[in-house]
Amino acid sequence: MTDFNIPPWAFIWIAIAISAAVTYSSRFLGVIFSGKVRSDGKLIEWVACVTYALLAGLVARMIILPIGSLGEATDWMRLSATAAGLAAFYAYRRSVAAGVITGTLALIIMLW
Amino acid sequence: MPKPLPPVNCNTEREAMWLGVREASRVPAAIMSASFIGFGSLVHDAGWTLGQGIATTVSTWALPGQIMLIEMFNAGAPLLAIAVSVGMINARLFPMVVSLLPMVRKPGISGWIYFVLANVIAVTTWMGVMLRIPHLKPEHRFSYLIGFGCLLWFISPFFTALGFFASDVLPRPVSVGLVFLNPLYFTLLFLVDLKKPSKIIALSLGAVLGPLLFFVSSDWSLLLTGIIGGTAAYFLGQRIDGPTIKPEMEPGIEIDRGGN
Repeated sequence: MTDFNIPPWAFIWIAIAISAAVTYSSRFLGVIFSGKVRSDGKLIEWVACVTYALLAGLVARMIILPIGSLGEATDWMRLSATAAGLAAFYAYRRSVAAGVITGTLALIIMLW
Repeated sequence: MPKPLPPVNCNTEREAMWLGVREASRVPAAIMSASFIGFGSLVHDAGWTLGQGIATTVSTWALPGQIMLIEMFNAGAPLLAIAVSVGMINARLFPMVVSLLPMVRKPGISGWIYFVLANVIAVTTWMGVMLRIPHLKPEHRFSYLIGFGCLLWFISPFFTALGFFASDVLPRPVSVGLVFLNPLYFTLLFLVDLKKPSKIIALSLGAVLGPLLFFVSSDWSLLLTGIIGGTAAYFLGQRIDGPTIKPEMEPGIEIDRGGN
């Protein structure tokens, strides 16, 4: 990963610190520019699109190509649990809670 | 979508702060606790320590970025790719802070306090406070934000720990289910107010490119997914939406959620 002589466990802490710093930079700049820029400008619109694509990519990868314990569930289980969650979400007037509870329970039951 | 709140009557700043605490402790706290329990399980599952999980919760306090960090780190992505991806996914906090702060600013509060307080602004805080602000006197809004945001921030590390320990104690299917809660929660959160064509295109492209590009480059695939998919969606969306901003849209009210 790198040429520096940093022990592997330290990398996690460096990654945590970097993530916190880049996240805070958005909040910091938000304070600086508050009231000075429109929050629906073109740049922000583009950032929103990138965020949506990033998150969809992350979520799809976690469901389709999981690296952790989600791999213990088969592809079919993960996809049908997702479908169950989506169905409940739309059935209960777009309720996130209904969808999350149904989808999670569906996976738990299938794994039992 | 959240329904309009009943009006309230606050007489002092202290009352406004406690109103913030009480209102945050209902539905918002329930959502936060479930999602942080899920995150705690993910931390455990990824082989990270509880201290590392809590450190990301209290320092970053924006879940999509925290999940991104763990997933990318464990996939062996370089630090630069992690930094840019987390930075981009959490950049949605910028418009939230920009639109919220002017409404809560109070004369006599020194500037640095806002830089600290910005840490408790994430989607759940933003939505809750924006919904309540019209009912509050301008001088009470600052206290309401403190009560609301700080309560949610304060409970998050405890639920991270709860999720972490739960995955040790609970039967295996349940702990796998708690990890599954993470991608499912964010899938649904993004679908709640999905109306703009550009957002729909961005979500669809991301969902296809994310797994596909992983086979091209496991290190940079997520960042590429975001930039390629997001930029394509932006330009395609402009063609459909038209480049002008709709006049009836009040600036700052229509904003992207994207999870805490």
